[in-house]
Amino acid sequence: MASNQIMFILFSAMIVVFSILTVTSRKILRAAVFLLFVLVSTSGLYFMLNYQFLAAVQLTLYAGGIVVLIIFSILLTSHISLKFESSGWKKNMFSATAALTGAILSVITILDYKFSATTEAAKEVNMRFIGKSLLSVDYDGYVLPFEVISVLLLAAMVAAIIVAKKGGPKKVELPK
Amino acid sequence: MNTGIPLQYFLILATVMFFTGVYGFLTRRNLITILMSVELILNSVNINFLAFNRYLYPHKLEGMFFSLFVIAVAASEAAVAIAIIINIYRRFTTINVEDVNEMKF
Repeated sequence: MASNQIMFILFSAMIVVFSILTVTSRKILRAAVFLLFVLVSTSGLYFMLNYQFLAAVQLTLYAGGIVVLIIFSILLTSHISLKFESSGWKKNMFSATAALTGAILSVITILDYKFSATTEAAKEVNMRFIGKSLLSVDYDGYVLPFEVISVLLLAAMVAAIIVAKKGGPKKVELPK
Repeated sequence: MNTGIPLQYFLILATVMFFTGVYGFLTRRNLITILMSVELILNSVNINFLAFNRYLYPHKLEGMFFSLFVIAVAASEAAVAIAIIINIYRRFTTINVEDVNEMKF
């Protein structure tokens, strides 16, 4: 067995185990740490697929940013050792049935479908090329989604500040 | 790098992760854990995009850019959702979805 297959098995086992623990753990802070493990092993998969830039983005933005944000909000809203009472077995069973049915259907479809790859040569993904395509207006350029996403990020930042600001809207006293 | 690993393995892994997220979304009652399940779902979709890009269309980069934008959308979604959750906690002193059932106050 080649070493990359061993790495794939390791990463996928980590992803499966820790994502199941994320959704079933009764302690909220532990669930957040398990989510961190899932995200880090996903970035390992991106390294295996040879997308180094996206793996770095995944590590810094997801594992560094979002998980820290989630842990901060956990510390702000609940006690560290908060333990959930388990939701009723009926709800658990129906949810598990729905998820299992969906998973089995998807896996059957995936195994049934014949994927056909192109025969063109693979393109080298380097940083210079990524930067050029993000800002190019040619056929393979992505400047429009880039601008849209920057406006979205600005709007989300403003919205987060406005929503989380302390106190409701105050009435402005007009000077007489 | 990825010789000896069929495309289907990546897709099945992403399927398992996606439906784990769906299960958590349906069973959890705490708003933050629901948000974590949504992050799982978004992450599994990213794996799909990258695997398709690498295996089926390696001469293009559409999957990579799409998952880059998905990551940006997920980040802004998490920021806004956590702001809303903190605001809800301030009004109701709980973030249990069953206790937060008024929109007008």
